[in-house]
Amino acid sequence: MKYEVVIGLETHVELSTKSKIFCACGGHSEADQPNDCVCPACCGMPGMLPVTNRHAVELAVRAGIMLNCRINQYATFDKKSYYYPDLPCAYQITQWFHPICTEGYVDVPTKHGVSRIGIKQIHMEEDAGKLVHDDWADVTYVDFNRTSVPLIEIVSKPDFRSAEEVLGYLEKLKAMLRFGGISECEEGAMRCDVNISIRPEGSTELGVRSEIKNMSSLTAIERAIKYEVARHIDAVERNTETLVQETRRWDDMKNRTFAMRNKETAADYRYFPDPNLMPVVVDDEWLKEIRDNMPATIEQKTAEYASMGLSGQDIASLVSERRLCDLFDAVVASGRRPADTAAWILTDCAGILRRGGKVIGELDIAPEALSYIIGMVDEGKINRGVGKKVLGAVIEKGVSPEQYVKEQALDAKVDESLILDTVKTVLTENAKAVSDYLGGKEKALQSLFGSCMKVLRGKGDPAAIREILVREIEKLK
Amino acid sequence: MNYFVTEIDRAGTVAVDDTILVKGCEAKAGSHILDGFVPLFSSDAVERLVKAGFTLRGKTHTGEFGLDIAGETSYHGVCKKADGTLSTAAAEAVAAGAVKQALCVDVNGAPRRGAALSGVDFLKPTYGTVSRYGIIPTACSGEQVGVCAANAEDVEEALSVIAGHDGKDGTSLPAEKYEYAADKDVAGMKIALVKELYDAADEGVRAAIDAFRAKLEKAGATVEVIPVTDVKAYATAWQIMLSAETCNNISRYDGVKFGYRAPVYKDIDELYVNSRTEGMGFTAKMNVLFGSDVLSKNRYMSCYDKSLRLRRLASEKMKEIFAGFDAVLCPAMSALSVPAYDLAETFERTERELLFTTIPNLTGIPAMVTGGVQLWAAAFGESTLLSIAATAERMAD
Ligand SMILES: [Zn+2]
Repeated sequence: MKYEVVIGLETHVELSTKSKIFCACGGHSEADQPNDCVCPACCGMPGMLPVTNRHAVELAVRAGIMLNCRINQYATFDKKSYYYPDLPCAYQITQWFHPICTEGYVDVPTKHGVSRIGIKQIHMEEDAGKLVHDDWADVTYVDFNRTSVPLIEIVSKPDFRSAEEVLGYLEKLKAMLRFGGISECEEGAMRCDVNISIRPEGSTELGVRSEIKNMSSLTAIERAIKYEVARHIDAVERNTETLVQETRRWDDMKNRTFAMRNKETAADYRYFPDPNLMPVVVDDEWLKEIRDNMPATIEQKTAEYASMGLSGQDIASLVSERRLCDLFDAVVASGRRPADTAAWILTDCAGILRRGGKVIGELDIAPEALSYIIGMVDEGKINRGVGKKVLGAVIEKGVSPEQYVKEQALDAKVDESLILDTVKTVLTENAKAVSDYLGGKEKALQSLFGSCMKVLRGKGDPAAIREILVREIEKLK
Repeated sequence: MNYFVTEIDRAGTVAVDDTILVKGCEAKAGSHILDGFVPLFSSDAVERLVKAGFTLRGKTHTGEFGLDIAGETSYHGVCKKADGTLSTAAAEAVAAGAVKQALCVDVNGAPRRGAALSGVDFLKPTYGTVSRYGIIPTACSGEQVGVCAANAEDVEEALSVIAGHDGKDGTSLPAEKYEYAADKDVAGMKIALVKELYDAADEGVRAAIDAFRAKLEKAGATVEVIPVTDVKAYATAWQIMLSAETCNNISRYDGVKFGYRAPVYKDIDELYVNSRTEGMGFTAKMNVLFGSDVLSKNRYMSCYDKSLRLRRLASEKMKEIFAGFDAVLCPAMSALSVPAYDLAETFERTERELLFTTIPNLTGIPAMVTGGVQLWAAAFGESTLLSIAATAERMAD
């Protein structure tokens, strides 16, 4: 018999806010010690009250708009109770009764065309902390750095029919959320619960469902889905086991799923509205403000860059990272030519980063600095080679380009007398080449020019050097 | 019996209930489970008082998390009146002149009962006017810091300092400051006397109400008996919400982070169970059980959700009453005194007393106890309450 696989996904994504969702703690991802980024509120001390981070709400709404959702202008925060040492209050604040976004979809490209995946809802919640077990001392430590970091949980409808669709969806989601400035989607920061069941092809009833909890790697998700599908088919066809609705855990080492202890899954979370948090009311004005400030989508940027005449490859490279687009846009806005700017970013900057073992996504340069360097080169104040040298210093040492050029005396204008002195010296020291040139051997000029450049070590505008060289040599006629 | 679980400054004039945090001062909230918990910050109300020049005398004993009749369930010591009957430490400290004012958290009416039992004043202001930042939470949707003092003027003096917007409390109302005055003319005021509550109190309480009513009428007010037929349902609704929210809020005391930890445990489950079993008193446990039950999947709609709807009904009922009356008069509790009793009955006994005190917690309206009776006003009607109290206080019995 042929079976159809039915999969639904719950995807947790960390929002890119400066501070946590209900307190002012910020920068948990940079904290290098456990419990560096905590306050009495996110440690669960009595007396502290949660205050909603407005920016987190805006990012959740932005995600809803990108995923074609209905934005619920009245949403609530609700408490979900359970005991676990990484949850300091023994409750998690989430949205159970009235989530912020509902009823959306996302189109996922696959080998067989586009699959439209329905989004049931997006809700906001706070993350839990982390437990660190010291096997040697047999002690478990609690780290609350991650506690109360804002998350959105994107709940899909059971619309996936293959692992390929699941991976395509997650990759698209990741690209959209990163590009939309909603989430950095860093390694492990996107976590999925995968709901999976099978049914005979053509049937409309859903089979017994198992839920694989807390998956973060795409390859593991793919393997887990394949394993579960095989397990379900075996159970149905060969009676290897009786399927029950349950929560399972993927074991990457053993390459299989395991049922979790019943105790971990049979909890009654005793949800109720959090009386400390007023309902979130996204009024028309606020919603308009969020819509007006929506960053361009990958598709919109692609079209925009194509109309500027950028190559397909350059466009693809730029839109792979929101920050590259932001850099590119700012530099072009300052008056630099688009194709040239793209080359500076994607060839020169990328090359410098590669030299340091980094990738282009890690590029960190102020648009003003890059624009200044390109401008110097365009105006002939420095040559392109020197421009690259300055760029390298800016990227690697974080210096300011103006200061670097001045300190290294790279500015041709300042050193016209230096060029003249150099030319004169070169002419005196290379009598043979001079006489060759004066005797009609044009090529000798190139050798003299090369000598000047070598002495000047790349300083000065090549056109100006050549001009002075020709002028001086002509005088010797 | 000492009123104070922790002394701060013998020259201080303000007492603070142990459910309200003072930075660096161990807060026990009448419970063993908070042992050793020293807060890193002060409550907003305390901050304001200190900034305004008030000095703190000490932390007053409260019942465990303030969930009993009048402080009798404290793990750290129970304050009793000279005749051995119950009253709260805060009200007794005020009555004895040990302090001029006391801050108390009113979530189930205990500070109002204390004031009635000790013959002093207590005012629970409108929900959202005093920040709840820095109070050990039980039922966040109805708890409010109020002021206990010997007379209306002294209540007003502290209340006007502690009320005002606080960005650290998401339920804090926007007004920066509230002007209170006890100078309204009682003559011409219309006062409603709630029949069901009057009938539910004992003879002594009814006599006190009658005497207060006579004073009001003498001052030129008219008093009319009105029915509020659903008072029992409202009290049940508040008991449900109170237990549910309390259960949720005190879940954080688990022996992991701070407070009491059981000395013996095998694993995390035993750490939780043993710490909470040994650290919590009977009344707290009753609230955990009752609160868990009403929030469970099968009960949520028939209990908690229904309570939320009753809260709306009660608010509408109050609006209707205050459209025609300036204030409501009713007993603060069922009797004039409470003899010591078997603490296994605390949950049920307190639940019975909720009948008299629930509506202000449930709907957020201000309530005041003065001269052994209770007064309610519409939201932001504190000045009306203070004026009635001050007028009655000026009149000889
Ligand atoms: Zn924090």
